[in-house]
Amino acid sequence: MSSSPAFLNGAKRWLLVGIVLAAVVSMFSGQFNRYHLGVIVDIGINIILAVSLNLINGHTGQFSLGHAGFMAVGGYTAAKISLVVSPMLPPALQPLLFLGALIAGGLLAALAGFGVGVPSLRLKGDYLAIVTLGFGEIIRVIVQNMEAVGAASGLKGIPKYTTLGWTFGLAAVTIYFVTSLVNSTYGRGFIAVSDDEVAASSMGINPVRYKVTAFVTGAFFAGIAGGLYAHHKQFLSPTGFDFLKSIDIVVMVILGGMGRTAGVVVAAILLTLLPEVLRQFSEYRMIIYSLLIIILMMARPQGLFTWNRKKGAA
Amino acid sequence: MSHPLLKLDHATIRFGGLTAVSKFNLEVQPCELIGLIGPNGAGKTTAFNMITGVYQATEGTIHLNGRCIAGVKPHELTSQGISRTFQNIRLFGSLSVIDNVRAAMQLHCKHGMSASLWRGARFKAHEKEVENRALELLDIFKLADTRDEEAKSLPYGDQRRLEIVRALATKPKLLLLDEPAAGMNPTEKEELMHLIRFIKDKFQIAVMLVEHDMTVVMGICERIAVLEYGVKIAEGTPDQIQRDPKVIAAYLGTEVQKEAPIDA
Repeated sequence: MSSSPAFLNGAKRWLLVGIVLAAVVSMFSGQFNRYHLGVIVDIGINIILAVSLNLINGHTGQFSLGHAGFMAVGGYTAAKISLVVSPMLPPALQPLLFLGALIAGGLLAALAGFGVGVPSLRLKGDYLAIVTLGFGEIIRVIVQNMEAVGAASGLKGIPKYTTLGWTFGLAAVTIYFVTSLVNSTYGRGFIAVSDDEVAASSMGINPVRYKVTAFVTGAFFAGIAGGLYAHHKQFLSPTGFDFLKSIDIVVMVILGGMGRTAGVVVAAILLTLLPEVLRQFSEYRMIIYSLLIIILMMARPQGLFTWNRKKGAA
Repeated sequence: MSHPLLKLDHATIRFGGLTAVSKFNLEVQPCELIGLIGPNGAGKTTAFNMITGVYQATEGTIHLNGRCIAGVKPHELTSQGISRTFQNIRLFGSLSVIDNVRAAMQLHCKHGMSASLWRGARFKAHEKEVENRALELLDIFKLADTRDEEAKSLPYGDQRRLEIVRALATKPKLLLLDEPAAGMNPTEKEELMHLIRFIKDKFQIAVMLVEHDMTVVMGICERIAVLEYGVKIAEGTPDQIQRDPKVIAAYLGTEVQKEAPIDA
């Protein structure tokens, strides 16, 4: 029907723009002050985490508190791979190694997502939240006792591969992936399951398949974010992946407006910047941060951005 | 006539000690309009849930197109040709009107996850086709103007009709309507009767409805089955049912004595 080249239409063009922009800005990252650069990369990682959790908690309506767990699986896997392999490779091949390590981390996290997703599908709401919370803690405890990844003292000396370009390029991929998935006839199924599971199954939608898909996809990108985080901080400690981290991400999704990708991205930016901006208030900063979240939630309980899910024509 | 479209053979369902539906025999032929009536708590909706796979029959069998449906999941039954509406409307509230219909169309959608991600020309053509089909359906039910509104913001009558459109979007052979006239005024009921007859003829499908409103049931059904306390007490044409002493005793005439037992 349409004769325009399949590669350059609509959403895909935006993906390309995003990646190119990230790469170009990355070339000038030497100009940024190191602290600022660090915060910007944090923002990108949090965008990936929030957008991927939004697929599970927002679009599909499942309450997962295990995102830090998936992030840990991906982070530790990617870090271990680069620690082992990087001394054997010439510098030219390092980016390839990084990509491979990230994907491996993502895949292992996706496998974990499948593992959590399948048995917890009989559970809903609070019960599912508790199971995923438990899963996150299990991962943390396992890591804490695994000598191979530094156990409680942490994994040190991870090569600094994460750049602004990698982070925002992958953030663009994540946003593209999640929005494309949802904005299609196939993808309406995620929201249908979220709105009314009984009605969805009576309309030929297989709720189990959609939920597992959401869990696996969400976990995959959380794993990627974990890998970026590991090669950004160059140090991983199990305490960084406790359930408070999961809650941080959940707050971004809720504040952004469940199922609203644009809102979730803005919330991720806002909530990463906020503690940094408040740094000057030293010990009061977490109190102010929490207060601001409470105020925001009271002012806009439905989230920051809540325009209609308009037509959604691909 | 080889197979009936739907055949219930001594279908029974128990919840603990309570037998909600007992030895229910019923055959539905293709393109038939059949009504299921009975006092409150007689087991009509339970029978629906049994036919749509929400509940499993404890005893007896149910065949759809000659195939036994024991253990088949609701979404699989939909792909075999059963679709339904709900007594208390269950639309996908946060989706737009057209997306409610599109969500139901994913069943017959040729493109899935990978196509949605790649978004090639074929995918776009398919999506356009799905959209057009959804609009066509909405148009028939005079809902096309509301296509971009959130389903939950529609007026009540429109929501009921949208639920029917959504059910039809799965291309059923048997459409189950659970109290479609509930909460409607006489004019709307009149329209609904036309609509149901029209659906049956236009889409060439069988329609089975649970309904309390006697005008609607007697007005459009070709055949009626009556349930009381989970047992079928009568079956026949509207005329026969209206004259059946058992039915009159149970339901139509002597409400005072037999004031509807609240689901025991």
